[in-house]
Formats: sequence, C-alpha cells, structure tokens
Amino acid sequence: MSGDPNGIHPPSKGQIKVVHIYPREMSIYGDLGNTRCLESRLRWHGYEPLIHQHHPGNDFPKDAHLVLGGGGQDSGQARVQDDLAHNSEVLRELAADGTAMLMICGMYQLFGNTFITIEGERLPGIGILDVTTQGNAKRMIGPVVLDTDYGDVVGYENHSGSTELGSGQRPFGRVKSGMGNNGTDKTEGAVTGSVFGSYLHGPVLPANPAFADALIKLAVERALGEPFLPGQIDDEIADQARLLQVRRLAG
Amino acid sequence: MAVTAGKMARVASRLRGGGSALPGLVVERLDPRFLTHALADLSRGVVVVTGTNGKTTTTKMLVAILREHGLTVFSNPTGSNFTRGVISSMVAEITLSGQLKADIAVLELDEAHALKFAAEVKPTHALLLNVARDQLDRFAEIDHTARLLAELAEQTTIGVVLNLNDSFVSRIAGRVRTGVSVTYFGVDPSIADRLPELQEADVRFEDDFTPPKPTAADGLLKPHDERSFEVRFGSADRVGPMVLKQRGLAAMINATAATSAARALLGDEFRNGVAVAALERVEPPFGRGEVIDADGQPLELVLVKNPAGFTVALSTYGNTPVTTMVAINDNYADGRDVSWLYDVSFKSLRGKGVALTCGVRAYDMALRLQYDEVAVARVEPDLDVALERFLTAYKDEPKRIFCTYTAMMTLRRNLAARYGLANFGEEPQP
Repeated sequence: MSGDPNGIHPPSKGQIKVVHIYPREMSIYGDLGNTRCLESRLRWHGYEPLIHQHHPGNDFPKDAHLVLGGGGQDSGQARVQDDLAHNSEVLRELAADGTAMLMICGMYQLFGNTFITIEGERLPGIGILDVTTQGNAKRMIGPVVLDTDYGDVVGYENHSGSTELGSGQRPFGRVKSGMGNNGTDKTEGAVTGSVFGSYLHGPVLPANPAFADALIKLAVERALGEPFLPGQIDDEIADQARLLQVRRLAG
Repeated sequence: MAVTAGKMARVASRLRGGGSALPGLVVERLDPRFLTHALADLSRGVVVVTGTNGKTTTTKMLVAILREHGLTVFSNPTGSNFTRGVISSMVAEITLSGQLKADIAVLELDEAHALKFAAEVKPTHALLLNVARDQLDRFAEIDHTARLLAELAEQTTIGVVLNLNDSFVSRIAGRVRTGVSVTYFGVDPSIADRLPELQEADVRFEDDFTPPKPTAADGLLKPHDERSFEVRFGSADRVGPMVLKQRGLAAMINATAATSAARALLGDEFRNGVAVAALERVEPPFGRGEVIDADGQPLELVLVKNPAGFTVALSTYGNTPVTTMVAINDNYADGRDVSWLYDVSFKSLRGKGVALTCGVRAYDMALRLQYDEVAVARVEPDLDVALERFLTAYKDEPKRIFCTYTAMMTLRRNLAARYGLANFGEEPQP
C-alpha cells in the first residue's frame, strides 16, 4: 500500500491488524469505543488499520497485532466460553510472543486463572493473567481514577467480581479514586508482558490517549519490527475531559 | 391526616420551586398503605406503562385516548415516575377521605419501581414497551431489566399488552397467569427493515425464539410516509390515517402501543375516529421533541437517555439538519456512566457539525464527536452559559438540543423563565 492515489495523504507507514474479540457478546458498556479509538489513532499516526471482528465458532486470526476485548453480561460470557476454550492455545501463544492485548471487565476476568461464582462453582479462565476472581452479591460501580505508567487514567467500573492478583502479578494501576480490583488493596487491573487487563469502561482509551498510544507502539513494533513513528495528534479535548474527571474525583 | 400533610407538603414544595416527589415522601412516611387504599376501588382498574424507551410519550397518548372516550383518568404527568411521584400527583386529586375520583389510573413507572409499586397494588393491566441498554449502573444488566418486566407481567391480573417485535418483551407472554389476556403491538411486516431504528439488535440472542403471529386483536404500525400512518388490526380494521405532532418512527410506534392498549382496555367501546382525534392533538411531552419558540425560531428539545434512544433521535431528526447543541450530564438520573455514547453513531451530524457541547461531561461528548469526525465549534460545561451563547450566537436559525435528563431539567427551567413557558408539573391538561 502506498497511500492514496491523489498523493494528498502520505503513504501508509504499514498495516496493523486489530482484532476485536466477541464484539456482539462482550461489548455492552461501550467498549466498542476502544476499537474505534485505535482505528482512528492508527490512521492519524499514518498507519493503516485492519479491523477484524472475531465471533464464536471461527478460528482466531494468528496474524493479529493487537487484540481487544470488552465487558458483557453473564449470558454473553456463557456464549463465548466454549470458543474461548477452543482458541485459548492460540491466544496464549500470541500473548507469549508479545502481541498487545487489552481485556476489559468480563474478558479481563476470563483471561485470569479462575472465576468463582457466588454459588462456589469454579469456572476456568485461560490463565494469561495470574488473577482469580470471586463473584459477589454486591457490585462495584462508579467512576475511577488510577495512577499508571501512562499517568492518570480515568474510567468507569461496573463489576460484581472481586479480583485478587497472584503473587508477583503486576497491577495496571493504583487506585486514586474508586474500587479497583477488589475495593481493598488499591490495585486495579493486571499487566503481563504486553497483555493488559482492567475493569475500566469509559471507554478507557479515548480519554486516555497516552495509554492508547502505548498499545499502538507495542503493536507497531511487533507488526513491522521497527520503531513507532507517531504523527501529530491534537489531544486537547481528551486531556480536558480527563483532567476534569481527575479534579472532580481525586482532587 | 396523611392526605392533609401531603397536600401541605405539595404547597410547600411548589413554593420552593420543584421537588415533585416530596409530597409523596411525606404521605408514604405517614401512611404506607396509602396507594393501595386510594387505587383499590377504581372501576376500570390500574394500568402500568413501563419499558426502557417511550414511557412518557406512550402514557400521555393512552391517557388522551381514554379521556377522549369519556373516562376520568388519573395519571402521573410530572415526569416523576417513581412510586413517590405517583403519590405526589395523587395528593392533588384526592378527597380527604383518601378516595381518588377517577375511573382508571394510567401510571408511567420506571422498570424497577414498577415492581415496588406492584408489591403495593396489583396492576390490572400492564403495557410493556421494550428493553434496551439504559443506565446499566442502576440496572446492571439488560437481562435483569427483562426479568423485572416479566415479574411485573406475572403480577398483572387482567391483561398485558406486549411488544411483538422485541423478543425480550414478546416472550413474556409465557409468564402471565392463567386467564390473563395477552395482546400485542408491533410493526407491519412491510416495514420490518426499519426495526433497527427502534431497537438494538446486537444484544438479543434468542436464537430459539419464534415471534408470535399477530391476530386481529393486535395493532400493527403501517406508515404511509414520514408523517402519516395507520394502526392495523387484522386485514380490515384500521385506526387512521393520522399525523402526530411529534415526529419520527418512535412516536408512531408509541401511538401504536397506546392504541393497542386502549382497544384492549375499552373493548367494544373503542372508536377508531375518537382515538385518531385524541392522538392527533397530543403535544410532545416536555423535552421529548417539544418545539419552543425561541425569538421567532423553532428550538427543539430532544431527551436522550441511552444508545437506542439517541440512535432513534438522530435518525428522526437526521434528515433535517439544524444548528445543534448536545448537553450531557452524569448525575444519577442521567446514568453516571457515559460509556454508552460510544454505542451511538454521530456521523449524521457531520454535515453541519455541532455548535456547542455542554453539561458536566461536555468534553467527553466533544471527544466522542471528534472520533466520529464531527466538528465541534465550542465546549462549555456550564449549561446556562452554553444556552445563552447558543441562543444569541445562532439567533436567526432553527435550533435543536439533544440532552440527558438532568441537563434537560436545567435547560428547560432556563427556557421557561426566558420565554414564559409552563414549568414541569404544570403541564396543561387536555
């Protein structure tokens, strides 16, 4: 690909394949916005996004450079469980190989070791993140501010699962306002290699462009084997949106 | 005693300006059985209207049809649709012995509060509109909302009217008590391709569910053009053609729901011409497509609460682009999570752009529009400042405001003072 034929736009710096896993079943809280955000930002940075939707029953694309997953209802989780088990080996290989992944809420839980329901039933996760989630009667709901490697990150949590990190498992951030993984240890989310798990909807990427670009950087480096060359993006509106939430919630 | 105290609280709260649930709170504290007592003896029963979208408009339409047929109808017109709001409305229209002077009550209730209400008073009829993602921070899951509606239907004693096309609602038919009648409203098969404008398809997975076949008791919407439509019952019986004051397919399906419910309630007394006359006179409720005369130019106020509602609003108004402001708050009544804005496509606003975004989440709305490549001229979180700017800078143009619930309350209060409009709770009765 050499950009558009009129020569108005510079040639593409390369193709990046973004896979949204279970967009029908696991994207009830606007997490589709993360895919839209990365698609636009890749283009604004001069790369060519290829968006692929993975639905249950299909083979997972092994040439993915970036994988996104969202939150769903219990019925949605039940619908994807078999497919996730079927593709778990491919996903584990991609993760071990450095593929960037962002798993929100329900998919974050399913990327852990185990989900224990309120009734005590143990549902196996695919074990890419060393976390265990216990179902609760009470939901943790509300706006969140985190301190992360990418600065303050804002979002919105809405989960009944209480998640504990395994020993040595790095969290995604420290809670400045909100509940986070479990409402007690101030951790939020989990990071292993290039795989990120978090409870943050919002959706999380549009209002936190530094984090979005960190994912893009990982994907570009893996896809093209060369450094990420960012374009000029005016993030004034996103910065204002985030700063106002930080000021409201975390002082 | 409770009624007197409630009436006093009503006067007090009106003097303070607003707070339509306060008198209800007073009465509820003093006499928890108040509702049961007041509603027990209505000769035509108690109708509950609930569902995610269209409650206020549909309730208003149903009330208008019943009144046009000569019934005395009690309703809760203040937009205060929780149990206490019902009691508050009642306090104004009740005798001191606690009797309500009405033939029938038609009550708009929020999905969760409809069940709390049913614990006090068993509805004789229920009109169940639809289920969509809405305020998931309150209801947590759409499946949960669907369960609430099913539980309400189980407690209804005479008849339920269900949305034929919304599988979350039509499947409730199997849950009603023996002897309770089931009728449907829906769209004529000839416009089935327009269903995505009315409901979300992507969160429905009832692979094994076959929708019921409509009978001559069920009302089906058949539009003739953008404004004119009729409601068909079987092959011969038609209500319409008619033209509503409120625009759009959503208003038409609300009218279809109201017509089907009125027909089920009135039986042989139902007159097609009377229903049409009533529906054609219904003014859009406050903020639901209401048109205000702003210095000689029309200003439309459009309430948006969830992805389905915003999508319907954009498709209703998308073919007539005007200068637009979007007001987004994230208070409890708005839904505190604004993630849902990313489940709406705003591309139809690209042509003309957006003049202003405002409200507590003004910047988040502007950011959302930026990702859909819709130009935003100005961001102003303060609603009053934004409104002033919108009305003066675009004085000589038709205008439209899309707004969440509490943003609408603030904007409308300001507009009412500015242009001498009626306030909430003072809506003129037909």
